[in-house]
Amino acid sequence: MAEPSEPLAFQDLILTLQKYWGERGCAILQPYDVEVGAGTLHPATVLRALGPRPWKAAYVQPSRRPGDGRYGENPNRLQHYYQFQVILKPNPDDLQELYLGSLKAIGIDPKLHDIRFVEDDWENPTVGAWGLGWEVWCDGMEVTQFTYFQGVGGIEVDVVSGELTYGLERLAMYVQGVDNVYDLKFTRDGTTYGEVFLENERQQSQANFHGYDVEGLKRRFEDMEAESTRLLAMTGPQGQQLVLPAYDQVLKASHLFNLMDARGAIAVAERQSYIGRIRDLCKACAVAYVEQEREALLPSPRGGRAGDGVEAH
Amino acid sequence: MPQLLIELFSEEIPARMQGAAARDLERMASERLKAAGLTWDALTTYAGPRRLTLVVEGLPVATPDREEEVKGPRTSAPEQALEGFLRKTGLTKEQLTDRDGVWFAVVASQGVQTTAVVPEMVDQIVRGFPWPKSMRWGSGTLRWVRPLKRIVALFDGAVVPFDIDGIPSSDMTEGHRFMGSGQPFAVRDFADYRARLEQEFVLLDAADRRLRILEAAKAVCAERGLVLVDDDGLLEEVAGLAEWPTPILGDMDPAFLDLPPEVIRLSMKVHQKYFAVRDPARDGLAPNFVVVANVEASDGGRALAGGNSRVLSARLNDARFFWDEDRKVGFDTWLKKLEGVTFHAKLGTLADRVERIAALAREIAPLLGADPDQAERAARLAKADLASGMVGEFPELQGIMGGYYARDLAAPFPLEGGRVGDGGGGTASPVSPQDSAAGSTDDRVNAADRTQAASTPTQPSPLQGEGSALADAIRDHYKPQGPNDTVPTAPLTVAVALADKLDTLVGFFAIDERPTGSKDPFALRRAALGVIRLLIANGCRLKVSSVVRVHSAHFPRRFGESDLSQAGEEVELLLFFADRLKVLLRDQGQRHDLVDAVFALGDDDLVRIVRRVEALGTFLATDDGTNLLAGYKRASNILRAEEKKGPIPTGMVDLNRLVLPQEQALAASVQRARMDVETAVAAEDFAGAMRALAALRAPVDDFFVGVMVNSDVPEERDNRLKLLGQVRDVMGQVADFGLIAG
Repeated sequence: MAEPSEPLAFQDLILTLQKYWGERGCAILQPYDVEVGAGTLHPATVLRALGPRPWKAAYVQPSRRPGDGRYGENPNRLQHYYQFQVILKPNPDDLQELYLGSLKAIGIDPKLHDIRFVEDDWENPTVGAWGLGWEVWCDGMEVTQFTYFQGVGGIEVDVVSGELTYGLERLAMYVQGVDNVYDLKFTRDGTTYGEVFLENERQQSQANFHGYDVEGLKRRFEDMEAESTRLLAMTGPQGQQLVLPAYDQVLKASHLFNLMDARGAIAVAERQSYIGRIRDLCKACAVAYVEQEREALLPSPRGGRAGDGVEAH
Repeated sequence: MPQLLIELFSEEIPARMQGAAARDLERMASERLKAAGLTWDALTTYAGPRRLTLVVEGLPVATPDREEEVKGPRTSAPEQALEGFLRKTGLTKEQLTDRDGVWFAVVASQGVQTTAVVPEMVDQIVRGFPWPKSMRWGSGTLRWVRPLKRIVALFDGAVVPFDIDGIPSSDMTEGHRFMGSGQPFAVRDFADYRARLEQEFVLLDAADRRLRILEAAKAVCAERGLVLVDDDGLLEEVAGLAEWPTPILGDMDPAFLDLPPEVIRLSMKVHQKYFAVRDPARDGLAPNFVVVANVEASDGGRALAGGNSRVLSARLNDARFFWDEDRKVGFDTWLKKLEGVTFHAKLGTLADRVERIAALAREIAPLLGADPDQAERAARLAKADLASGMVGEFPELQGIMGGYYARDLAAPFPLEGGRVGDGGGGTASPVSPQDSAAGSTDDRVNAADRTQAASTPTQPSPLQGEGSALADAIRDHYKPQGPNDTVPTAPLTVAVALADKLDTLVGFFAIDERPTGSKDPFALRRAALGVIRLLIANGCRLKVSSVVRVHSAHFPRRFGESDLSQAGEEVELLLFFADRLKVLLRDQGQRHDLVDAVFALGDDDLVRIVRRVEALGTFLATDDGTNLLAGYKRASNILRAEEKKGPIPTGMVDLNRLVLPQEQALAASVQRARMDVETAVAAEDFAGAMRALAALRAPVDDFFVGVMVNSDVPEERDNRLKLLGQVRDVMGQVADFGLIAG
């Protein structure tokens, strides 16, 4: 099989992946509307991975890493970039083959390129999540994180989810043969990634490193922390804890922590304590979510199994 | 005889786990088969990226029927005991035999079909396999290193049917993920399995994969007149990452060659798993690399070489960023940063450690012919690079980068001996106390590479003379790192290297962090061995005990330790050195007991100990040596036996009461030997001391032949015992011969 004559534009890469996974039964979600550091943190992954209920979804998630900003001057580093996230629960037996199919769909021929599954055990201490898997290499470049979730929020999962995280900019740079992210073709007719995002990187980098008011960030962090705990203590119309809004506040607190960190406002000694606070909030949400799932008090998206656990309750 | 073939086919197994997995599979299968009473001719295992394979040749179809005699209770035992025994054996009382008042039963057991053993064996292996990390997948409960997909189980050409957690056994396997037919295929036996796999682009045996990589990698280099830089660790790893390993030569932008070659090699190895390539014409690295791909690409590897080359450029650009940034920062800033980096919670910061090493280096410098001021300065700068960006990225480059930066920054040195900077604690820094606790880095680029890079500094004034020795000391002070690493000999380097390791040892012993069994998290054994090798190779007459005592004072005694515990740790540390030295000497072929015999003298001058052991070994290999040793043992035995009866007479031999010529001769010889040995030992002429002892051999032999020690005349007996005591004492000046075997 030959490579397609014209490599995919950035947006076509996204559209192709969405189509590919949509056809394989995934709900194609839109990005979560709270700042996150990684696509995994979207509740569609981190919370849905808990409990016994099956789930299939794919989405693009803009990811923010304030400390990685380089004012638009580094060809490989961005403080805002895109991940394409797929979660399949339970993981199908042929997940590797499905994944390789997606690479073919975007024009990477495994007979021409060197695709390798290299050990990489994933761990995210702030959300107490871990899994085993690989980083997938294409000609020596890591293009995807491939993980079998084993635990989330410090809780071992009931059913293992397969999670794929594509680094979209890298993948596109590879497919298009471009060395600088800002030179990527965003659209087929020539709008570049730089035209879309360069100015954003410049301004956001300045704000991340020099702009934000540290005291304000700190205050808001504490507000979000308190809000999360408060919401989790409240109950909804069916008597359920307000896990989802509480989790939103955790994400916000987490982003505020990243901003403080980029501002150089976190002393070494404080760092662990901040991470511990976020992890505790996250864990509280995870525990509450698992309980809800196991008791099936939340209406199922398929409306199927809502009654199953009620008798037991 | 029938053959058993098992394949456990899974998703990609981490390369680092494959070797151990093959050994574990071999061990577990042997244990299970043996437990089932089976025997076999040969048992072999293989591990690769997607499969573990077991083949057992020459198994019987079944274990033989057996009759076994079982011992029961005494015939006089209560009835219940007999009933229990009958229940256990399933026999009646009439079937038992009474032999000497004890019941015996003959129990027959039927042989077991091997095919009945296999399912349980595989099940136990899979469920009990000691993977360092394992996982669940899907909705199942089984654990394996990655999802387990298929199980081949063939005995004597037929499938042994069973399943493990829903995975059925079969005769079907799969070939290469990309180059194979893409269809599962059936195999008949091991030969067929191996051949079919190769047709499907899978090399089963890791040794075959390594060989293919080495040969092909060397060939692609040779085509361009280049030479592969060997790296066994990397070879092992890449052989675990590809079922059909295919080396391809890639190009790199030659502009990167102005980076230190160690940096280039580590970037290639750690991040990309590439081999470096040397250009013999320029006696340095070539602007190339070898990537070991898992496919023979349809375009000959052009696209994938290009892709890899782009990735490497990005990596080397990162490295260049650190290299450029670090040289703008420099030693002063790094040293200040070390004040904010904890070395160990109980041993203070890295800056504290630097102070201690500097003080110690200053003290021991004169012993090595190094200038104390210089030694202190070199020690003060030696750890600075731990705060540099490059070492943060590549901890393996500690020391090496310091050496480069020292040369490159021309005048980075705070020439006054005082402490650099003050305060500034709590500085955020990515540095971890890699220093000395880090893993060994034996795979250094050779000296030729280093010289080549060192000769291309970006600043025009490389250090000369003293400065160059200083930079060498910074670079090499971690040496020797492993048993195969070279030992520094430059006086300044040796002073810093010794101070570095002794500080580690004294510190961790003081806080009771000693190695136990296989655990040695702070690499103290390596540090002690390093000290020993440094002392011996440089003939350095350092008294370990006094250094330990002096250096202990450099640690704040704020943890409530008394002087008593300090004395205790001094002794323990000495014993620790003794143990390491024994291991070293044994590895060099010296006898363990000789080392003990010399250590018993209580000397702690390691150089002298080694010389003594060597001389002793040579002496005992001679006829005189063995015979004298025998004489010594005989004398000792007599003395020990007499000691039990009462105190042994000591003191001068009464020459007038020596009646027999043999005892007169021995007395004269002992007298002479004592003086000769004393003189020789004082001059550390241990060969001479041995020669002096050799002169005792004949008189001692003659004495035992012609003289009866236990004479009826008490004065004669006392005199002879005194004489034997003197022989023992004279020999004891050289070694404790009582501890020598033979």
